[in-house]
Amino acid sequence: MSGHSYDAENYWKANLRLIFGSLVIWALASYGFAILLRPLLSGIAIGGTDLGFWFAQQGSILTFIALIFFYAWRMNKIDEKFGVHEE
Amino acid sequence: MSQFAINLLFVGGSFLLYIGIAIWAKAGSTKDFYVAGGGVHPVTNGMAIGADWMSAASFISMAGLIAAGGYANSTFLMGWTGGYVLLAMLLAPYLRKFGKFTVPEFIGDRFYSKQARLVAVLCLIVASVTYVIGQMAGAGVAFSRFLEVESTTGLMIAAVVVFIYAVLGGMKGITYTQVAQYCVLIVAYTIPAVFISLQLTGNPIPPLGLFSTHIESGLPLLERLDQVITELGFRDYTADVDNKLNMVLFTLSLMIGTAGLPHVIIRFFTVPKVTDARWSAGWALVFIALLYLTAPAVASMARLNLMTTIYPEGPAAEPIEYDNRPEWIATWEQTGLITYEDKNSDGRIQLYNDSEAFAPEAESRGWAGNELVVNNDILVLANPEIANLPGWVIGLIAAGGLAAALSTAAGLLLAISSAVSHDLIKGSINPKITEKGELKAARISMAVAIVVATYLGANPPGFAAQVVALAFGIAAASLFPALMMGIFSKRVNNKGAVAGMLAGLSATLVYIFIYLGWFFIPETNNLANTPDNWLLGISPLSFGAVGAVINFAVAFAVSYATEEPPVEIQELVESVRYPRGAGSAQDH
Repeated sequence: MSGHSYDAENYWKANLRLIFGSLVIWALASYGFAILLRPLLSGIAIGGTDLGFWFAQQGSILTFIALIFFYAWRMNKIDEKFGVHEE
Repeated sequence: MSQFAINLLFVGGSFLLYIGIAIWAKAGSTKDFYVAGGGVHPVTNGMAIGADWMSAASFISMAGLIAAGGYANSTFLMGWTGGYVLLAMLLAPYLRKFGKFTVPEFIGDRFYSKQARLVAVLCLIVASVTYVIGQMAGAGVAFSRFLEVESTTGLMIAAVVVFIYAVLGGMKGITYTQVAQYCVLIVAYTIPAVFISLQLTGNPIPPLGLFSTHIESGLPLLERLDQVITELGFRDYTADVDNKLNMVLFTLSLMIGTAGLPHVIIRFFTVPKVTDARWSAGWALVFIALLYLTAPAVASMARLNLMTTIYPEGPAAEPIEYDNRPEWIATWEQTGLITYEDKNSDGRIQLYNDSEAFAPEAESRGWAGNELVVNNDILVLANPEIANLPGWVIGLIAAGGLAAALSTAAGLLLAISSAVSHDLIKGSINPKITEKGELKAARISMAVAIVVATYLGANPPGFAAQVVALAFGIAAASLFPALMMGIFSKRVNNKGAVAGMLAGLSATLVYIFIYLGWFFIPETNNLANTPDNWLLGISPLSFGAVGAVINFAVAFAVSYATEEPPVEIQELVESVRYPRGAGSAQDH
């Protein structure tokens, strides 16, 4: 590993970008759809209630799982691209 | 076979399994003891994290909380799962790369400060001890209900079993028993839920049943539930909440608290590689979600079941007579977790919301007050009886509840004992201690921690009930920000980190104490704990997130006002960011 090299810096930036994007979705699925934006989604009916309720009790958790696996998969690619993956 | 014999068979069988695993997975080195040798497969680790994480609170109490609060209590579902996203992206892979044994060790090394390490040890011990008392007490209750022994005797039996596998096997023994405990608890939780979902909606998958049609009424299940409970004066199950700021902050506090809890973080030190740490966070959440997606279904179905049990002809008709109550109500009355008082002396059970708004309606029906009080905690435990399931399912629930309590207790005890033997004894008091001596010290600290936890479980102090406020508040306000800044900032130095942790911690504790009493001593609170008194409507339980913001702000301000960290520390931060070169967890 090459300390302060250009590539190492870009690797870290790529990681930060990926984290930022993932956390936007993380916040949207929980704080957004399930809490703050629930009134906006109240028109979308689902099983006797509305979409916001579904996000609060199921949708957010499913989104979290998808996000972690997506992050792990993308990071492995990025590790390899920048040559910082484990042997 | 009697119910007692069945319960004994299930609980005894599961305990023998745990002890068998302990003998098979004996720890031979400190590396075995602290990080299970460092070679745990990510899926195995995910399962162990699932059991480590899902405590008596998740297994026994959570569905009851959701049943009582409806939509408003979805905060627990989101808060206790969303933290894994933070762990996977912000903490676990880098702490794994760092490759040491404990959380305070990272804080001490990264902030080149013994003080920082000691503050972290203190936070870890307060958070974990609070948490472990609840687990021990929960195990005692499960024993007394299902095995007809005194709660204290039950506690002793549980302590002996944990003692055997945790002292003998350390993290290695705990890892493999946690895998077994996960299997026991998830089967126990799911089976009654599947039956109840089938009975009510015809759908065998509870999370789908939750949004299906209720067979009896032909309405969607949640709509039927809303209808029944509002007719009895309760709040709509699916109703939106007004105080959204508090809901957001409470969820955020639970999420960052989850990510900062040491007993969860150290489980990520047991996998061989950095990528495995990322994957195991995903697997952990899959295994956790199996229970967390079932819990809200159990909650609404059990609430509806309870209502139809009391009002078989619908809420507009008369409720059942006390003498004709189902057997499970009688059984749980003996434990004091269900109480009945015939206030209007009509021999029937009136269950409704005793609110001012509903008073005229209640009076016109000749009701003199709510007569049945059902403790939230019995919901999951009584589920098989409410749904008339066979006796072996009840035995399974008993074993499952104990598995949830013991697996979490063991993880917490390991976090406590490794902080004592590795951070206090080796890190401060006697750095020259040999490997063999440290392993012995680790075992002795574990034994002492178990004795203390058992004693406190039998005689719970005032703070024991404040797990959410205290454990999550401390983890959110002190540990999580320090760990995150240690990885994501090269500029935060020793002074900034210590000042930040102390500021976040004290702000959170002061806010909690103002409303809940100083050191939780009753009557010493300065303000009544009601929403009108809360600052901007923020409850003491939601303040951890604010404490975290204070921690970040103070740490950055102090760091930028003082000198940069030394070059070798900046290089340390660089090195944890890149996966290459991660050996398995190492001692110095």
